[in-house]
Amino acid sequence: MTTALLTVTDVSKRFRGLTAVDRISFEVAPGEIFAVIGPNGAGKTTLFNMIAGVIACDEGAISFDGARIERERPDRIAWRGVGRTFQIVRPFPALSVEDNVMVGALLRSHHLDAALEITHAVLRQLDLFDKRLHLASTLTLPDRKRLEVARALATQPKLLLLDEVMAGLRPTETDRMVGILKEINRTSGVTILLIEHVMRAVMALASRILVLHHGARIAEGAPNEVVRDPAVITSYLGAEAL
Amino acid sequence: MHGRVLIAMLLAALIATPAFADRYVISVLILVFYFAYVGQAWNLMMGFTGQLSLGHSLYVGLGAYVAAGLWLHAGIGPWLGVFAAIAVAAAVGSVTGWLSWRFGIEGVYFALLTIAFAEFTRIGFDHIDMLGAAGGLFLPVNAEEAGQWWNLRGGPLLFYYLALALVAGATLAVAWLRRSRLGYQWVAVREDSEAARALGVDVFRAKMIAMLISSGMTAVGGVFYAFYHRNLFPGQVFEMGRSIELILAPIVGGLGTVFGPIIGAFILTPLGEALIAATERSGFNAPGTKAVFYGAALIAIIYLVPSGVWPWIARRLGFSEHRQ
Ligand SMILES: Nc1ncnc2c1ncn2[C@@H]1O[C@H](COP(=O)(O)OP(=O)(O)O)[C@@H](O)[C@H]1O
Ligand SMILES: [Mg+2]
Repeated sequence: MTTALLTVTDVSKRFRGLTAVDRISFEVAPGEIFAVIGPNGAGKTTLFNMIAGVIACDEGAISFDGARIERERPDRIAWRGVGRTFQIVRPFPALSVEDNVMVGALLRSHHLDAALEITHAVLRQLDLFDKRLHLASTLTLPDRKRLEVARALATQPKLLLLDEVMAGLRPTETDRMVGILKEINRTSGVTILLIEHVMRAVMALASRILVLHHGARIAEGAPNEVVRDPAVITSYLGAEAL
Repeated sequence: MHGRVLIAMLLAALIATPAFADRYVISVLILVFYFAYVGQAWNLMMGFTGQLSLGHSLYVGLGAYVAAGLWLHAGIGPWLGVFAAIAVAAAVGSVTGWLSWRFGIEGVYFALLTIAFAEFTRIGFDHIDMLGAAGGLFLPVNAEEAGQWWNLRGGPLLFYYLALALVAGATLAVAWLRRSRLGYQWVAVREDSEAARALGVDVFRAKMIAMLISSGMTAVGGVFYAFYHRNLFPGQVFEMGRSIELILAPIVGGLGTVFGPIIGAFILTPLGEALIAATERSGFNAPGTKAVFYGAALIAIIYLVPSGVWPWIARRLGFSEHRQ
């Protein structure tokens, strides 16, 4: 698969004695929705942060869209076409919802009118258009989660990194988010790399799943193969499946 | 759009004011404009980009000394000298910014560094004999230059309209910048620099540009200061009290707002003047009396409208675009 959009090769990260990510390799094809799951502390966010350039990896290589990015700065990686959300949401609190998204839209369109057009389109996709003039600090958690996605999407990424955007949402909100993400993937063809705990959402969205445990890969494959994998059931799904 | 009409009316009133105001009122208004102007410049750093500079007197002083020195020693008039002043201040500003932000010096440590730079410069200027050293630099008032407005020699009206033009120009520029790509990047950096970075904002570059524009703009205020007062002492212009003085108007008026620095200057400068007049008239002239009342008034204003007077007024007038 030389046509992969994202190629992660033998990437590791240690924090003092702890190996948070242990020689992980995987590929994500253009247009695909790829999920990374695993228990808390498995190293999912750390892996994400290495792809986004926030954390330098100790070993390994990361290629995106034909270029090596493991030594690049986060803003350069964003410029190359990686949009990311934060597990713990980080809106710009004193700015309106619209201005939050404008910052993202202005990455590629230098004109305000064009950026505002993108912003409004994205806000409609994320069901935030009616709240566009509210301050981000006044939003509820589900709205903030969707604002994270909207802001990243406004940068018109080729790859969208979503870190637990369903966490803390009620089932109806989760279904709403799943619907939105499916629609975005279908219409704009953006590739999605998803970290998720909510198995319902993962099963509904992902075409392939990578399972991490203590930083290491324990399984990878199609959703219905992965959920039947004995190693996955004992280390991760066990408690929830019962 | 009744906001624009209001602004146009205010500007027209200020243009007409000298027709019926006396010299004292004019001199107070010149101070108001001066503080509104340098407040705009400082607000770009703190209000928009979230970088607290407590050493902006550095750029006032550099602007003042460069233009005054060029005039005294090379006969270069302030209209040209101002460009040299901007260049020198912006260069020093970018060194300050580079030394801090390249090495991860942020927040209060950045603020301390700005104080240190202003202090070093003050001590340095105490020893530059060519610029009068600690004894001060004086711009002589020659009779044959009288009325040479192009050399900034003229009466209060010249300085009144010049200062008004500076404020108006700065306000237009700031309003435009706020709604530019750069302005969005600045407020994103202020709100959360890591989130800004994830959206492709080159945080270092955004801060450096804010510093360049802010220090350059402030230097223009310094040129004005030099030719208006016509004497400069390092201990006065570079002093930390001067840096504090010029940040009060934007804080009181509303950090990160376009009209905050103007509103703040219109409140604080006349307040200070009134307190001076009141203490003199009452005969109760103990040292620090003015400062005590001024401080009490500041506390009261900040307590009553913590996010600034302008946002409060804007909400009353229905200008606020945000629903809470
Ligand atoms: N900055 C850090 N410093 C030290 N340890 C960290 C840091 N970030 C994460 N860790 C540790 O690395 C492991 C993986 O964390 P993380 O990637 O956040 O897991 P996940 O997102 O899968 O829950 C955890 O044990 C966590 O405590
Ligand atoms: Mg995590």
